Amino acid sequence: MNKVENNKAWFLVLPVFLIVAFSAIIPLMTVVNYSVQDIFDQNTAYFVGVEWFKQMLNDARLHDALVRQFLFSFAVLLIEIPLGVGVALLMPTKGKAASLSLILIALPLLIPWNVVGTIWQIFGRADIGLFGWGINAMGIDYNYAGDPVDAWLTVLLMDVWHWTPLVALLCYSGLRAIPEVYYQAARIDRASRWAVFRFIQLPKLTNVLIIGVLLRFMDSFMIYTEPFVLTGGGPGNSTTFLSQSLTKMAVGQFDLGPAAAFSLIYFLIILLVCWLFYTTIMHISRDGR
Amino acid sequence: MNWMAWTVPTASFFTTIVLILIAMTVWELKSPSIERRGFLPLLTTRGDRLFIGLLGSAYIHLAFVGFTSMAVWIATIISLLWMGIVMRWG
Repeated sequence: MNKVENNKAWFLVLPVFLIVAFSAIIPLMTVVNYSVQDIFDQNTAYFVGVEWFKQMLNDARLHDALVRQFLFSFAVLLIEIPLGVGVALLMPTKGKAASLSLILIALPLLIPWNVVGTIWQIFGRADIGLFGWGINAMGIDYNYAGDPVDAWLTVLLMDVWHWTPLVALLCYSGLRAIPEVYYQAARIDRASRWAVFRFIQLPKLTNVLIIGVLLRFMDSFMIYTEPFVLTGGGPGNSTTFLSQSLTKMAVGQFDLGPAAAFSLIYFLIILLVCWLFYTTIMHISRDGR
Repeated sequence: MNWMAWTVPTASFFTTIVLILIAMTVWELKSPSIERRGFLPLLTTRGDRLFIGLLGSAYIHLAFVGFTSMAVWIATIISLLWMGIVMRWG
């Protein structure tokens, strides 16, 4: 049979290419240009080479923010991924209960980031917030505005509340896609509940978990709005993450050069970690087959 | 183009990247790449090795700028060597 080669359909991708160029590639190129110059106004810029990179890489505040950022992202993944899988396994699969639980679980995802911050800001307050007041009433001293540990726990709890549903929904859809015959075979083999999870459900969930881990890592690594509204980066600098340091520099102080250098370093870190995650997970799933 | 604040070094950097991408496309069309395993602990295509080489080069430059006081062009030479090694034996 003669196969007709026609690649004209590629032209249909052209609009997307243009949009991506204007929304991502050109801004990124501009950032690269800014990062090697000292910019005073629109017409006055001096070439400074790698000066800003040197300064940023040796900035103690940024080192601290980077360490905090990694701690936060790994804590988020460590809690949200197992919890999301667990929630998905417990969710009802049929009838009205299934629809109701899906709606309830999806609710936090529909709330805008700054509103989530405001909700937890009030919820956690010791004087008028239910959560803060309740914890204090149990005799535990809790004040997220004054104590760094409490601030961290509150930011983490807020993120878990906001984003575990995403992982749960992804896993739920993954679980629904497993054909019934697998479970029948498992029943014939008298497989335990754990064996069913370990050898049927978990391998089938690999692909959605890859997406879940990548999405949650990138989002938590770029987190800005929620801690900004909740703690403002405080007390002190204890909940100031990378993007907040960056915003302070670029918008607050208008230091475009250093901020551009810093965002490129930030971008390279995200690129490396995502690539490592992706390659490792793809490697494992390919070897498993 | 004034708003993008171009400089000669950044312009030549991006031109090089674009030329590499065009060259890789032409090379791929002439002789499609086959996945293979070199000294890197994973199967890679030509494009994968280019990506690893470029990302590695970026980190080599960052390490030189951040943690030593040596000139940047030394980092560039090491990066070129690294790119060559990864593309050939990676």
